[in-house]
Amino acid sequence: MTRRRVLPGLPLALGITLVYVSIIVALPLGALVFKAASLGFADYWAIVSSPRAVASYRVTVLSALGATLFNLVFGLALAWVLVRYRFPGRRLIDALVDLPFALPTAVAGIALTTLFAHNGWFGSFLSNFGIKVAYTPLGIMVAMAFTSIPFIVRTVQPVLEDLDPALEEAAQSLGGSDASIFRRVILPLLTPAILAGVSLSFARCLGEFGAIIFIAGNQPHETEITSLLAFIRLEEYDYQAAAAIASVLLITAFVMLAVTNLLQARALRYTVKN
Amino acid sequence: MSATAKIKRPPRVGDNPLFRTILIAVVLVVTALFIVAPLAVIGFHAFSQGWQLYAATIAHPDTVHAIMLTVVTALIAVPINTAFGVAAAWAITKFDFPGRRLLLVVIEIPFSISPIVAGVAYLFVYGLQGLFGEMLADADIKILFALPGIVLASMFVTAPFVARELIPLMQAQGRDLEEAATSLGASGWRTFFSVTLPNIRWAMLYGVVLCNARVMGEFGAVSVVSGNIRGQTNTLPLHIELLYHDYQTAGSFAAASILALLAVVTLAAKVALERRGAGRRPALAAPVAVLTENAK
Repeated sequence: MTRRRVLPGLPLALGITLVYVSIIVALPLGALVFKAASLGFADYWAIVSSPRAVASYRVTVLSALGATLFNLVFGLALAWVLVRYRFPGRRLIDALVDLPFALPTAVAGIALTTLFAHNGWFGSFLSNFGIKVAYTPLGIMVAMAFTSIPFIVRTVQPVLEDLDPALEEAAQSLGGSDASIFRRVILPLLTPAILAGVSLSFARCLGEFGAIIFIAGNQPHETEITSLLAFIRLEEYDYQAAAAIASVLLITAFVMLAVTNLLQARALRYTVKN
Repeated sequence: MSATAKIKRPPRVGDNPLFRTILIAVVLVVTALFIVAPLAVIGFHAFSQGWQLYAATIAHPDTVHAIMLTVVTALIAVPINTAFGVAAAWAITKFDFPGRRLLLVVIEIPFSISPIVAGVAYLFVYGLQGLFGEMLADADIKILFALPGIVLASMFVTAPFVARELIPLMQAQGRDLEEAATSLGASGWRTFFSVTLPNIRWAMLYGVVLCNARVMGEFGAVSVVSGNIRGQTNTLPLHIELLYHDYQTAGSFAAASILALLAVVTLAAKVALERRGAGRRPALAAPVAVLTENAK
């Protein structure tokens, strides 16, 4: 393990890295934690457990779950179609999958709101069935689902590409139907990648802001997401409440980061070929 | 080989023609409704009041100022970010030192944090109620509600972009080439520019393209730190919001069409770079996972 260091540049490269990480990442997050911690436990708890804050957690988490569930189904179908079938336009679709990452969230926000508003292309159609999307929790789900589409597709796709056809053939030769082979052979092999994609997608949904605030309606207790509540507290100059609520988001992000890394490391163990 | 394979190969799972057709059709329809339609609606509404209003919106001083501010922000943030990404990748992949994994995790943090949290956090460093607030006010240095704040917040949200493209690639490439170059007498810089850089240039450019798209499109973090001062600290995404809430829908979509165009160009550049091998990371992408795996 102890190999002599031959290459130059460690002090410079590490120096730049540490300075950047300290000033750009660690300092602001440290300041936020410091500010939230300076509140004292009773005040902190009163803010983060206030009915409006709790309602915002519920809206955020439930919408994120709904959006992730949609992406699980659609993302899996999309990855499957892109990998297993050849059809005209496949490459275009493959490129378009990344559009939600490339499109600025504010642009996505006004576009989705316009589509789903009661006089929009989709909204006017859906209103025939009494379905309202814009300015309801459903709208939040739509915005979350849109901005996180690529995650599940992009984690499942490479695993599906590397899947050994011999496994399927063996199952086929044993007389398995397509449905049972998918369920009992293919799905278990995809599961680690799916879980990794799901956790990435869910984390992104929890943190999304730009696309949501346009479509959500932003009614306290009904359609107000947690990041918006932090933003509103800031605009009211209630910095302590903003710090406390932001710290809840920060803790959630750290938990999701740990879960995601764990699942990705696990997924990689299943896919790396020796 | 392919001739026999074609004849002999039994249909794979899901190759049933009916199932195949239905699944492709469903995916195409959902993609059209969910991914293409938002793009189409931007173009439609941008030009709904005609070319003249479109041109007038784009040429409006506030819009021009927003575009310039966005471009200047990207011109500062992206190169610094790239230099950081390269330095971080060089340190992490070419050397063994304690805390390497921790460093990787810290670099990835901004990727999983809500941009609003980033904005709020910056407020508590440079804002009046923040760590350096009074000091900065005494020295009459404006960071928040000015260009430096916008640049800093942009650098936070994009910190991992270049590094996360380079680290898995440079980890896979190993250290042999660089070690050979140095042992033959090349200096560190010479080794980097003649040996390392040619191997990583497309991946680096890939990271730069993604980083740039995110900097130019960042909304949440910038909206907290910029103060939304029209004609002063409004970047293009903030300007879109302002026009939209002013019920200037056509104008807002005209401004949005510029960023939508940027997104399309970004996607095209991405595909072109992927043809050159960039962005094709082995299976899953988490750098932490990559290092974990190599350590075994």
